[in-house]
Amino acid sequence: MTLMKSLMGAAAAVALTAGAALAEPALIFDLGGKFDKSFNEAAHNGASRWAEETGGTYREIEMQSEAQREQALRRFAEAGSNPIITMGFGMADPLSAVAADYPDTTFVVVDVTWLDAPNLRQVGFAEHEGSYLVGMMAAMASKSGTVGFIGGMDVPLIRHFGCGYAQGAKAVNPEINVVANMTGTTPAAWNDPVKGSELTKAQISQGADVVYAAAGGTGVGVLQTAADEGILSIGVDSNQNHLHPGKVLTSMLKRVDVAVYDAMSAGDNVETGVFVMGLAEDGVGYAMDDNNAPLVSDDMKAAVDKARQDIIDGNVSVVSYYENDSCPALQF
Amino acid sequence: MDIFLTLIQVLDSTIRLATPLLLACLAGLYSERAGIFDIGLEGKMLMAAFFSAAVAAVTGSVWLGLLAGIAASLVLSALHGFASITFRGNQLISGVAINFLASGMTVLIAQSWFKQGGRTPSLFGQGRFESAEFPYAIGPEDAELTGRPVSELMSEANVPHLVYSELLSGHSILVYVAFLMVPLTWWILFRTRFGLRLRAVGENPAAVDTAGVSVVGLRYAAVAICGILCGIAGAYLATALQAGFVKEMTAGRGFIALAALIFAKWRPWHAMGACLLFGLLQAVALRFQNIDLGGVVIPVQVMDALPYILTVVILAGFVGKAIPPRAGGEPYVKER
Repeated sequence: MTLMKSLMGAAAAVALTAGAALAEPALIFDLGGKFDKSFNEAAHNGASRWAEETGGTYREIEMQSEAQREQALRRFAEAGSNPIITMGFGMADPLSAVAADYPDTTFVVVDVTWLDAPNLRQVGFAEHEGSYLVGMMAAMASKSGTVGFIGGMDVPLIRHFGCGYAQGAKAVNPEINVVANMTGTTPAAWNDPVKGSELTKAQISQGADVVYAAAGGTGVGVLQTAADEGILSIGVDSNQNHLHPGKVLTSMLKRVDVAVYDAMSAGDNVETGVFVMGLAEDGVGYAMDDNNAPLVSDDMKAAVDKARQDIIDGNVSVVSYYENDSCPALQF
Repeated sequence: MDIFLTLIQVLDSTIRLATPLLLACLAGLYSERAGIFDIGLEGKMLMAAFFSAAVAAVTGSVWLGLLAGIAASLVLSALHGFASITFRGNQLISGVAINFLASGMTVLIAQSWFKQGGRTPSLFGQGRFESAEFPYAIGPEDAELTGRPVSELMSEANVPHLVYSELLSGHSILVYVAFLMVPLTWWILFRTRFGLRLRAVGENPAAVDTAGVSVVGLRYAAVAICGILCGIAGAYLATALQAGFVKEMTAGRGFIALAALIFAKWRPWHAMGACLLFGLLQAVALRFQNIDLGGVVIPVQVMDALPYILTVVILAGFVGKAIPPRAGGEPYVKER
């Protein structure tokens, strides 16, 4: 009987560990939605790639409001999902409340690097380095000496993008005029292409002939208006060059897909801690394909690739907006 | 000259931004003057924006898109009419329901139809409303002829020519339609028998009924006009200002239009003034992020919030008094 008991116990333990090993990862998208052609879509692409290659499955949910964040985290944790991958800085507060309650679950968060919990993998990106490179390209492509930046919601992360961009543009042409606008201060600013269009028109009338949109769905309007008015635009996060072939100079790539893919591949023993993916790790970069090849001259490419190497080697340092909440090259 | 050019550009942007507000505001005007409160303007615009973009993308004709947008908006209007006229439900609740319905349905249908994540494909060519260039106005053709950008040609033009080219010319045809609707609405409401009855049904439906005119018929007519105008507003957003539908692209414009309606105290000419004012506030906020007035910096958020602040001030009765149509919000029950 005791033998039976221990056998059963062992079997149960094996079944439990097997269950744990087979735990599905879960993916929580941010408010922009799974198909924002940008940040969240990159995460979706990374997860789909993992699912295709391994035949694994994962659970996912799109956030509709701020209030759902903590609820979704707890749901997935209770259901045994591991790791739970979350997108966006908005997850920082819910995670700091939830992570401690589920010590056996590993949480992964993209775009947050400042939390303190043992079961947390925090992945940040050196967006300022990638933005620096596209800023250089903008300044080299500009004929008017004015380039524009259009951000989505006015949050430090977006200022971080704009700050790197302005530094890159000024590295090429110290006299260059960088016009920067934010779409708004509420989450609606991520999905207002009409306002994005008007901002683009306003920047064009101030002389801008290259605009960089770091604005989620609002960026669709920016890229559209730039194409309509015959100026160049720069996409963000995912490769957006194909949206208007020949009109999008390049896209600042943020390899969110790689971060998600890596976390899912590692499964429930994914390494925890803070990871920053910069140029050296190919976490950020600029997009080149057939759609923008005619726009980027060999000189431009050579200069940008040299700057990339210089940043990796530490010969050029790009100031991060986070360092002291201000930007040396741009006034917001 | 430079300051003047900037001013003209801001006013030009004002017209573009005010147009959807104006159309939605006039839509609300008809409905509310007939005693049917409508907070579903936002939802109707959104639905129309989606269907106009979707049909324009599929057929390649923006005019078919416009018709589809109007039809979609009319369906929601009919729903609102059913709930609040025929079944005498609460008009506010029905309006809220329409907003939610539109917000969810547009993305759902878009996703199953186009599989592009709740958007429509980008429109091009005949699928979009082209801007109407007036004769002798500076436009893209001159830029091509001279090989210089339009902005450079604009800055060299003389003042009347500049106003003509930048401010009056170069808008989508729907913009001119919207502004022509203002005198038309005034004429219909205040100079026709239909208008008199429509206003009366919003003030005292019992009297209209006694005179042997159908209250229900009049209210349905008003709600239908509201649907048509919201349809045009939505189509303008998706096929003239933008080249396709993006989820939630109305971004609260239906509510600002409602605010403008209250601000205008339910009068057509004042509605135009209110919409232009709110459009101007948005345009200024977009053009100048922070305004420096001799040491005092006005942050952009203040400009964004001003339409709502002004409406609250009006509602609170500090500047005149906003009295809604007397029978507004109340379903009409025939005495028996």
